[in-house]
Amino acid sequence: MNIDSIQNGFVIDHIQAGKGMDLYHFLELDKLDMPVAMIMGAFSRKTGKKDIIKIDGEVDINIDAIGYVDPGATVTIIKNGQIVEKRKIEEPEILTDVIYCKNPRCITSTEQEIRHVFRLTDKSRHEYRCIYCDARG
Amino acid sequence: MANLINILDLSVEEIDRLMDLADDIMADPEKYNESCKHKILATLFFEPSTRTRLSFESAMLSLGGEVLGFSEAASSSSAKGESVADTITVVSGYSDIIAMRHPKEGAPVIGAEHALVPIINAGDGGHYHPTQTLADLLTIRHELGRMSGLKIGVCGDLKFGRTVHSLIEAMSRYDDNEFYLISPEELKLPGFVKNEYIIDKNIPYKETGSLEDCIGELDILYMTRVQRERFFNEEDYLRLRDCFILTEEKMKDAREDMIVMHPLPRVNEIQTAVDKDKRACYFKQTVYGKYMRMALILKLLEVEV
Ligand SMILES: [Zn+2]
Repeated sequence: MNIDSIQNGFVIDHIQAGKGMDLYHFLELDKLDMPVAMIMGAFSRKTGKKDIIKIDGEVDINIDAIGYVDPGATVTIIKNGQIVEKRKIEEPEILTDVIYCKNPRCITSTEQEIRHVFRLTDKSRHEYRCIYCDARG
Repeated sequence: MANLINILDLSVEEIDRLMDLADDIMADPEKYNESCKHKILATLFFEPSTRTRLSFESAMLSLGGEVLGFSEAASSSSAKGESVADTITVVSGYSDIIAMRHPKEGAPVIGAEHALVPIINAGDGGHYHPTQTLADLLTIRHELGRMSGLKIGVCGDLKFGRTVHSLIEAMSRYDDNEFYLISPEELKLPGFVKNEYIIDKNIPYKETGSLEDCIGELDILYMTRVQRERFFNEEDYLRLRDCFILTEEKMKDAREDMIVMHPLPRVNEIQTAVDKDKRACYFKQTVYGKYMRMALILKLLEVEV
């Protein structure tokens, strides 16, 4: 894989230095059947250091999940060697099936086929709460 | 307002209007006794709570409506593994309004997502119980004539007592109230409630382990039960329990116009000798609770009388 010339795929850039591996595991990129490159501690004009992840292949990546782990990141979508979209990530207001409620007293622990939904309740503290039981995510 | 899940779903104005309506019902119950004729309340109690269920049923019957439902999960289809979503979907075809109680936190949110009729949370585990809080608020307004400028003592288990948390949340929205948090060290009010509803709002408060020290200052004494299972050893439990029992003796230091409240059931935290004291309001609280449930049913069904 030539990490500079992705034909079809994604570049997740401006990841806070040190968070690249967290994001890699959170997105379960290790389970993808395609080349994934991790660049750690790359030079950043803004922050000094940053991490970058490049995914060489077409796959559904969960933008909300990236926003949850690192709202400062950006995602660039590449098709046929061209940048088709550059997206600034924001902290999502609602997370659906990105994180899971661990409260054993929560209805999500027994109700069948329920989606785990969290709402951003405090932006300054990056705090999400389960919409059912109010437990912190 | 289409559902009531959490007391904070209601604005102060909405609560005040509900209390006005409850007052009006109390003043002239006959005026309302056919206001819900041909309407059906379903009481879906996935865990038993006889008092709460009877209060809802009595409220609906007093409005001329009908009731149906079940009083424990074993007699419902959930015992066969039916989801809350399916049960609610089915029952909302048989009723005009649903009061549901469930042992799991957040179950009424699922109810509200699936029901075609209004949902009232009649308690979801240790989470919310908004109609209890409505009963508490009406008791305060009716007995004391005001909701602000009150010195409110909450006593006993402040850590797990959800009724106490909701009461503090609701009363912190009115002006010039002060809180006295009276509990053993082990059962102090959790930080998240204290920070969000007392400290962040600059509301004066006192934390103390002694009921005797502050009972003379209070307008309201809200008692809760100190439960044995909250303690690691029997010795601690017995020592602490007795400090938080309200006795005739302690009532001598209380003001003449203080009111004593309790969400019930009471075990031994208020001596039965206190019951005949005119300041004891905990049985009246259940009556106020019925009128508030009547007001809430009318409001959610959008019935105008
Ligand atoms: Zn939950």
